[in-house]
Amino acid sequence: MGLDIRWPIGLMFTLIGALLTGYGAMTASNADMYERSLTININLIWGLVLLVFGLIMLLLAWLGKPKPGQTDAGNKR
Amino acid sequence: MPASSLINLGPLDYAIMLIYVGFVIGIGFALTRYMKTSSDFLTSGRSIPAWVTGLAFISANLGALELVGMASSGAKYGIMTAHFYWVGAIPAMLFLAVFMMPFYYGSKARSVPEYLNMRFDPRVRYLNSVAFAVMTVFASGISMNALAILLHTLLGWNYDLALWISSAVVLVYVLKGGLTSAIYTEVLQFFMIVFGFAPVVYLGLRDVGGWDAVKHQLEHASTNPVALNLADKATDYGSYAWSSVGKPLLDGPNRNPLGADWFGVLFGLGFVLSFGYWCTNFLVVQRAMAAKNMGAARRTPLIAAVPKMLFPLLVILPGLLAVALTQMGNKEYRIPQAQIETTNYPAAIAALNLAVTQKAAPEVASDAMSDALKKAGNEKVGFNRAKVEALLKEQAAGPIPDKQLGTRLQDAVSNDYNSVIFSLVRKYCPRGLLGLALTGLLASFMSGMAGNVTAFNTIWTYDLYQAYFAPNKSDAHYAWMGRFITVVGILISIACAYVAKRYDNIMDFIQLVFSFVNAPLFATFLLGMFWKRCTATGAFYGLFGGIGTSVLVYGLTMAEGKGGWITNLFTFNTSMAQNYWLATFAFGACFLLTAGISLATARTKTDAELKGLVYSLTPKLVDDEKLWFLRPGVLAVILLICCVVLNWVFW
Repeated sequence: MGLDIRWPIGLMFTLIGALLTGYGAMTASNADMYERSLTININLIWGLVLLVFGLIMLLLAWLGKPKPGQTDAGNKR
Repeated sequence: MPASSLINLGPLDYAIMLIYVGFVIGIGFALTRYMKTSSDFLTSGRSIPAWVTGLAFISANLGALELVGMASSGAKYGIMTAHFYWVGAIPAMLFLAVFMMPFYYGSKARSVPEYLNMRFDPRVRYLNSVAFAVMTVFASGISMNALAILLHTLLGWNYDLALWISSAVVLVYVLKGGLTSAIYTEVLQFFMIVFGFAPVVYLGLRDVGGWDAVKHQLEHASTNPVALNLADKATDYGSYAWSSVGKPLLDGPNRNPLGADWFGVLFGLGFVLSFGYWCTNFLVVQRAMAAKNMGAARRTPLIAAVPKMLFPLLVILPGLLAVALTQMGNKEYRIPQAQIETTNYPAAIAALNLAVTQKAAPEVASDAMSDALKKAGNEKVGFNRAKVEALLKEQAAGPIPDKQLGTRLQDAVSNDYNSVIFSLVRKYCPRGLLGLALTGLLASFMSGMAGNVTAFNTIWTYDLYQAYFAPNKSDAHYAWMGRFITVVGILISIACAYVAKRYDNIMDFIQLVFSFVNAPLFATFLLGMFWKRCTATGAFYGLFGGIGTSVLVYGLTMAEGKGGWITNLFTFNTSMAQNYWLATFAFGACFLLTAGISLATARTKTDAELKGLVYSLTPKLVDDEKLWFLRPGVLAVILLICCVVLNWVFW
């Protein structure tokens, strides 16, 4: 199918990851809020994980872009 | 859950939900321009890479009910729940990939019933497609009802609004992008669930103090399961799948919480039910059939097997953590229970006192109290048998003061296992992460509906409408029908959701009927694919014989007070054990009948007609993979070894 699924996955997780990371950074001083997550700023850490995952997906999608003249989207797996 | 304990979402949580909804609708619109023929819409035009169909394959199975149900079973039965994965799924998935996919994909059938039509005749096709079509809309209705109830109790949203809006979202993206949309959103959902729930499991595990601490707590819990309102039979509740504290499964059905014996688990669950589901259920097989070539189709279940093998970590472990946290006692956590409102205590106490004077059995007393509470307007409450028995005894010896009695009654309320996963999300997730976890859940409900609807529209359009009602129309007509029936399918699902909400007995009955219909199915496929002598008449009447046998077994045995409407010859410890044996008998009957009738009837299809449909008449596939370790057979053996090792590690 013409649309490479890695684009939407990558975009969505990059966006959510960035939002979560930003929110985590903003609320870093709020000890009460993170008491429930065992004093770990889980938003910041997990936001970064999502961000990295999203960017890797985008990179893969970009690398897998069909070259001019190539019909298949080139998904090797 | 009382209304006061609603989860409070922040703007970011809503934003994450909206982003997800925006993306799935966006994917639908982006795919519209590729939807030209009926086959593009209904079967994805066989164009999707294996890793995508693989993740969609597993996602179609990892519906929200699975997520909620497995955490619940994890708390109820302990790590034995893993048998549903390592025994009840992996072998069947590997079998599908290696042995069955070549026929499904190679025959160019567009659906499982169409394969049956090629191999046997239209009778078998119609039987299978009607049963399957009805089942999918009911399954999607049940799941949507659960979603709407959940959004209502957890977030305080309006039931009708939640139901209609989420259905509308599904409608838009399925209508726009067809099966491809459904498959793509399933992949999105897969990642949402993994990313949404992994941190919750991590935090829970860290809170208990690691896996060894979990094991330690579970062993504690198993010395006195009644204290946590676990089942009386949970005395071997523990942290090992097969041997636990006292070799639960091997020591017999009375010593393990599943209440099943090893033969029932290995043959009933591990062979009949599991192969019947994974190898013949069009909902999952459809994903593999959408793959872009034979190699990709065969790798689909293999790729899916990898996450499936690891999922117990994500879906069963939360249940174990809930028990461990409750056992520790200092974590401000208890496995959720339904609440008796303080104002309703007198009603329950009156019922209890009446039971004491009547010297009623604990079960009778529990029912009386539940009824009294229901009348008083309380939410649905059940009681733990052992605790009620103790209360009855104490109350008969000398009345307990009412104030104390109220707390004791609340303590005796049975565990609400289905809320386990949400109670953990609530305990550990700050705002932000909360939105992510809830979006994962919402995603799995919606893609569950999309999966059922896309399977339903294909079966209706190709196997019923085109085959029976209106053959020889233009492809544009079938493409239109596919879209039209998608709308109808979603409307029927919504109707089923309301039925499920209003009459849970009807739903229980329907699910029971489907367990009868599905139990013998794999025997038909096994004989059809591997024995060329098997005839259509044999398959058709064999199926009926198998279904009849299921009904008969259910009529002659009982479990948890159900079944035995003819007479009761045997009582199983749990409905699950009954179900395993019912499937075993149905399979056996269907197998013998099909084989017997086939031998007695003449073949209607020649060897040439059966080429590509039966194992012995199909030329051996030449694997096109350049690397030997990527061949399906080799991959399957590697995965099987991993699965055996997992069983051994948790023995």
